[in-house]
Amino acid sequence: MAVIVFAESWEGKFKKITHEAVSYAKDVANAEGTDVIAVTVGNIDDDASSLGKFGASEVVQVEGDAFGSFNASVWADALNEVAEAKGAKHFVISGTNNGRMIAPMLSVKAGAAYISNAIEIPSNFSPFTVRRNAFSNKGLVDYQTSADKVIVGIVPNAIGVKEHGGDASVSSHSSSVAASAKSEVLDVDRVKGKIPLPEADLVVSAGRGLKAPENWNMVEDLAEVLGAGTACSKPVSDIGWRPHSEHVGQTGIQINPSLYIAIGISGAIQHLAGVSGSKTIVVINNDPEAPFFKAADYGIVGDAFEVVPQLTEALKSFKAN
Amino acid sequence: MKILVCISHVPDTTSKINFTNDNTEFDTNGVQFIINPYDEFGLTKAIQLKEANGGSVTVLNVGDASTEPTLRKALAIGADDAIRVDAKPSDAYFVAEQIAAVVKENEYDLIICGQESIDYNGGQVGGMVAAMLDLPYASPCVGMDIDGGSATVLREIDGGKEKSKMTLPIVIGGKKGLVEEKDLRIPNMRGIMTARTKPLATREAVGADARTSAVKFEKPAPKADVKLVDNVNDLVNLLHNEAKVI
Ligand SMILES: Cc1cc2nc3c(=O)[nH]c(=O)nc-3n(C[C@H](O)[C@H](O)[C@H](O)COP(=O)(O)OP(=O)(O)OC[C@H]3O[C@@H](n4cnc5c(N)ncnc54)[C@H](O)[C@@H]3O)c2cc1C
Ligand SMILES: Nc1ncnc2c1ncn2[C@@H]1O[C@H](COP(=O)(O)O)[C@@H](O)[C@H]1O
Repeated sequence: MAVIVFAESWEGKFKKITHEAVSYAKDVANAEGTDVIAVTVGNIDDDASSLGKFGASEVVQVEGDAFGSFNASVWADALNEVAEAKGAKHFVISGTNNGRMIAPMLSVKAGAAYISNAIEIPSNFSPFTVRRNAFSNKGLVDYQTSADKVIVGIVPNAIGVKEHGGDASVSSHSSSVAASAKSEVLDVDRVKGKIPLPEADLVVSAGRGLKAPENWNMVEDLAEVLGAGTACSKPVSDIGWRPHSEHVGQTGIQINPSLYIAIGISGAIQHLAGVSGSKTIVVINNDPEAPFFKAADYGIVGDAFEVVPQLTEALKSFKAN
Repeated sequence: MKILVCISHVPDTTSKINFTNDNTEFDTNGVQFIINPYDEFGLTKAIQLKEANGGSVTVLNVGDASTEPTLRKALAIGADDAIRVDAKPSDAYFVAEQIAAVVKENEYDLIICGQESIDYNGGQVGGMVAAMLDLPYASPCVGMDIDGGSATVLREIDGGKEKSKMTLPIVIGGKKGLVEEKDLRIPNMRGIMTARTKPLATREAVGADARTSAVKFEKPAPKADVKLVDNVNDLVNLLHNEAKVI
């Protein structure tokens, strides 16, 4: 029966959200009285047994020539192959960019129902019922399926990592899955040394209130003290002050960090749609009427050009103690 | 080249979301429906490709008759013809089966979906269609060049971009970047006039079972009132001791 969880990695290292996916799978497995099998695909340098801490009983490392670079269809085949060998019916896949490509393809290949954007542990197993986000964070929906096989896609950072303790046995599985003849990765360009936005637990974000791209120095300084990722509102990326990859909101990236600091952003409904899943929201805006204050936990009404450098200094001394 | 653009019909981004019938249904009362914003980028890209390489752009929606104004708008923007599969889009799997059936009958070189519909945020249909037809898939796709029988596609990965070469036909899940916002086509008067006479075919759904259903809706709990602080040290304290996020 076992629950299969896709243990996503980057350059041989498990992603932080992989720990979350494994611990979510463990909660599912516990409720069903079964175990978690974490499946890695391709080269892993990390100690695979470390996933035991988050609840995996077994780690299966899928190896083969087909896994040199990412291909969602091939990855889905590999997960399906392991699931069939193990007789597993349930899958947990984190909603990363790769996970969101693999899961719908796996759904077709495995004949499984796929529920994406889950934000809670399933509330029922017959029929399988789980709560998910919809309407860009403006609604919550309970989804149900009576299918025998189910894939749950979870919203990164929405559930949190739990340590379950324990050890995992590690085995390798040499796969018979073939590489794709129709698709080939030519090049991967990934920012070095920066936290990818969807994985960032803390995010500092700024909007048009900052007036010019050179003023982002203070935003980056603040992000650096916090170890946070950086984001921006849509107009800011449209004018080219910041890269598109930082644009959050309904038409950008949706994020659920534990802390979101919004500087000089008005808080339009389309912006909130991408960030209102954040656990704590801080708004810094010189207009007390800015709509963002209604969606915030903490606010400072003030000029960003004064408040932000002060906040950076205050955090520096906080960190120093 | 023959291009199919799959269009979902979704509430306008400013819509207030309400539920009805004892919270078992989305309340469409007073809601303005639009072309899914991600699909708008795909539609403009398709029109640009047609202008450069010749061919045709077909738009497709799986939905009841109420989606026809959305398809007409796509025709006014520049699609050549439209297909509506006359059925309630009960879940992504059902919708993907319908799209796959249309593709099997017509040899499209390119099937353009959006990375997700902004109503249910499923992000499922494109990948399912690709798997059903055994075609390469790229999502979220933020750039595409066509060269003869192959495409070079750029997709977002966490913290970067990945460039691939794929043999046509392919399926993509598009978003901004495919074309820029300033290049988005909007209907002009001539477009609106000609759209009235462009073909909009309806077809019956093929037999397929939905695998999932939405059973209960709820609005997220409203936030408590904001705590305004007037100095940064108080904020740091609250973040550490109360919110426990630093
Ligand atoms: C279909 C559609 C989709 C959209 N999708 C998105 C999306 O995904 N993401 C998104 O962000 N937007 C989106 N938008 C745009 C959205 O409606 C807003 O226009 C946008 O979020 C506003 O950006 P902003 O807050 O940076 O700028 P503004 O609205 O111009 O706000 C600037 C803010 O800065 C404050 N300010 C000015 N000076 C200072 C100062 N010195 N110190 C402190 N504060 C200052 C002002 O009081 C103001 O509140 C979308 C719109 C549409 C129509
Ligand atoms: N009812 C539908 N009719 C046509 N295309 C659809 C429909 N629903 C979804 N799509 C396409 O699939 C993409 C992803 O949708 P979804 O999986 O619903 O998030 C959308 O951007 C559309 O391109």
